[in-house]
Amino acid sequence: MKDTIRKLKKRPSLVVGFCITLMVILMALFAPVLAPYHPIDDADLMVSEEAPSRAFWFGTDSQGRDILSRIIFGARISLIVGLVSQLLNSIIGIVLGLTAGFLGKWWDDLVMGLTNIMMSIPSLVFALAIMALLGPGLINVLLALGFTNWSYTCRITRSQVLSTRELNYVKAAEALGYGKIRIMFTQVLPNIMGPILVIATLGAAGAILIEAALSFLGLGTQPPTPSWGGMLATAREQLFSAPWISIFPGIAIFITVLGLNLFGDGLRDFLDPRTSRRQ
Amino acid sequence: MSNNWDLLEVQELKTYFYTFDGIARAVEGVSFGLNKGETLGIVGESGSGKSVTALSVMRLIPEPPGRIVHGRILLNGNDILHIPMNEMRDIMGNRISMIFQEPMTSLNPLFTVGDQISGMFIRHMNLSKKESWNRSVEMLEKVQIPSPEKRAHDYPHQLSGGMRQRVMIAMALSCDPEMLIADEPTTALDVTIQAQVLDLMLQLKEDFGASILMITHDLAVIAEIAQRVIVMYAGRVVEEGDVFTIFENPMHPYTRALLKSIPKLGNRSKSGREPLHVIKGIVPSLYNLPAGCSFYPRCPEAMDICKTDPIEIVELEENHRVRCSLYSPN
Repeated sequence: MKDTIRKLKKRPSLVVGFCITLMVILMALFAPVLAPYHPIDDADLMVSEEAPSRAFWFGTDSQGRDILSRIIFGARISLIVGLVSQLLNSIIGIVLGLTAGFLGKWWDDLVMGLTNIMMSIPSLVFALAIMALLGPGLINVLLALGFTNWSYTCRITRSQVLSTRELNYVKAAEALGYGKIRIMFTQVLPNIMGPILVIATLGAAGAILIEAALSFLGLGTQPPTPSWGGMLATAREQLFSAPWISIFPGIAIFITVLGLNLFGDGLRDFLDPRTSRRQ
Repeated sequence: MSNNWDLLEVQELKTYFYTFDGIARAVEGVSFGLNKGETLGIVGESGSGKSVTALSVMRLIPEPPGRIVHGRILLNGNDILHIPMNEMRDIMGNRISMIFQEPMTSLNPLFTVGDQISGMFIRHMNLSKKESWNRSVEMLEKVQIPSPEKRAHDYPHQLSGGMRQRVMIAMALSCDPEMLIADEPTTALDVTIQAQVLDLMLQLKEDFGASILMITHDLAVIAEIAQRVIVMYAGRVVEEGDVFTIFENPMHPYTRALLKSIPKLGNRSKSGREPLHVIKGIVPSLYNLPAGCSFYPRCPEAMDICKTDPIEIVELEENHRVRCSLYSPN
């Protein structure tokens, strides 16, 4: 325990990133308790486009809804999109990358070909195309993002497998009679989780940004459900007359994405016993 | 040879690597055998094919580019070269085990050594987790690791090189194998630790009754541990015999040269230190082996027939065979 605390002290980015991420998660979980107003129903045109004040900390939007409350509830959408879509991506990427790197031959060629195709299409464009097919909505956003962003995870996993399977302990495991599947999951996968986790946190942050972009373009979460991207989209017209309507959701996105990135980087160093030993 | 080997018999093994530069004939018709409880040493320079021979027996040749193109490998009379890989995996680690040169990297850094040894019992003996753990602690005790209950919870990076090699030996011997293949097990260790590990291996060999196939370039290790020796050069066995014969009466010019190139302590002439004997030249390229004897270009006693004629291995006396034109009947 003491050791853990000492290790944490050396990694402020992990602590800061973890605190931010935890804060956003708690915010999403306890949104009804924390939000001073209801994000949709408490619309009062008498107080529309109010500047930040003691009553409305972050001000109000064009329909008089409290921006702070909408940001708190919007965290739910962003987190669900970020985590669920990245979970899908990670699972697809890990399974494909692991098997491609391990089994090789035609399967490797097939997976790598597919990965290259996925990588050559910008993910926003890909997601847009899928959204155009499926129609707007949260579930469709999850699907669109969850099936289009696995190429980096897959690539990294495969390359890590290729280098890890040459390591002596993998060879030793082979020599001691471990089967391919067992070696894949007990010897190789745990040792390459570091980079995969980092990619996952970056991917989750990226998914939050893309969801914001999709909502901004009107394809993501539909109004009146509060989402950060959607809030930005509707705030476009008041960008100069009431800048707080766009600034605060923007800051929320920025802080969440930053937190996830810091967390991912710190986590990689923390989890790897080799890097923690060096210091 | 007409010997009946009661544990392992390798016949005319050929392992080639098919690369862009051509075919590397890493092992070119190697035959040998091993009896129960015996220790056989394979010596040779880098590139002589000794490690590839060992990996071939374990069927661990990376494929592609490598392939065992010819030969038979019999364990207790049963062919293990042509059985399906999943049957082979039940033999690996269970009946034939192997330890490697690099103890520093041969253990998985993410699991405790106790967990890693337990894995062997779970894999091959279907023991429960708890039972496996207890057996692992026993194994650590057998390889003379102090306070094994505590050490079982250590991660590999908390152990020294010698300790890690002991853990590897514990893993390899956990399922009571009939045969242990040791590929340069002491090369990466300090000399003092080397001696300890070799002593340990000898003692465990007695306790477990396992045969050892020791692969090394270090003749001192062979002298210490082996009963019989095979000298390999460029993928072929050039001399084979029991350890005393080989050291006292080496017949092949390569074996002689090899023995001369061991540095000796306190060996000084009047003019100061005696220069160390070296074998001139290098091991020939495995892509392009000479037609006759592969040692011919470096051999001080080369004759014309060495250049062209393939040379058969001949038995000079009981348990002593040499592949050299000097002793060929014709």
